[in-house]
Amino acid sequence: MISVTQMAQPSLSPRLHEHAAENLQFIRDTMARAADFTAVPGLGGVLMGLLAFAATFVAGPPSNTRAWLGIWLATAGAAVVTGVIAIQRKARRHNLPLSGPVVRRFALALVPALGVAVVLTAVFVQYGLTARLPGCWLLCYGAAVTSGGAFSVRPVPFMGVAFIALGALAFVAPADWGHFFMAAGFGALHILFGIVIARNYGG
Amino acid sequence: MGKAARNPSPERNRSTTPANRLAAEQAALDKGPLALDRLIHERLRLGIVSALAANERLTFNELKRLLQTTDGNLSVHARKLEEAGYVACDKTFAGRVPRTVYHLTPAGRRALDKYLVHMEAIIHAMK
Repeated sequence: MISVTQMAQPSLSPRLHEHAAENLQFIRDTMARAADFTAVPGLGGVLMGLLAFAATFVAGPPSNTRAWLGIWLATAGAAVVTGVIAIQRKARRHNLPLSGPVVRRFALALVPALGVAVVLTAVFVQYGLTARLPGCWLLCYGAAVTSGGAFSVRPVPFMGVAFIALGALAFVAPADWGHFFMAAGFGALHILFGIVIARNYGG
Repeated sequence: MGKAARNPSPERNRSTTPANRLAAEQAALDKGPLALDRLIHERLRLGIVSALAANERLTFNELKRLLQTTDGNLSVHARKLEEAGYVACDKTFAGRVPRTVYHLTPAGRRALDKYLVHMEAIIHAMK
């Protein structure tokens, strides 16, 4: 049986070769875009950012107190609820599925680092390091968003990297600057990237 | 140098223009055991099949946004793929809104695999 290689080799022109390479690139690009989780909520991100600003104002500088921790844990809970509702609304508006391999991949990439954050929070609190939690939370959230962002729209992994950078800086800076880093990360970055996503990716 | 070489015949000239040569090569590739599948060679249909190969199920609206095309264009090409048995669709209602979800059939996946082999063979043939 004659193969395509044997059959085509004597007369192939560079144009046909280029055409084949273009087609393969088109297939690769289309497959990559089709595998993205696009129901990331931009407006939900903005709301989460506003919640973080409110929490920063109420909680003030980090301290080893239950009140400071309680305010931020309550804010995290409210932010999760906001995010989930925003994802559901965006998915419904754009007729996007909220099940299947794409969503599963995105969730599996996102969740482990958030689980690590829960464990580390307990450890930091136990050892009296509550005031150092901003760096820990920013790093873990950044890691979660960066890995989830590998399966999502382009701005998401960039947002994750920005969170990681802020988290690293928060550990270097004095502990009582922690609330500024929380505001810059969970507040400003969420709002900034939320606006970018809302404008360019349908809400 | 002979006369024929100095003044090539119109027939000979036509067969050596880049466009004619490309057409002749493509015609040659349309024959044989790994013949080019013209059905998915068309850009939009290739896009539909590629997208469904990466994502198990996609709605009409998702495909439309992904491939940046119009309703009419997408339905025409999706129907051709359906008729060929390369894709299948389920039509449901989300509330009152009709929802069409496409997925790739085993025949569609085989067709895409064969097409990829074909394109890679052309690229390797040039190396």
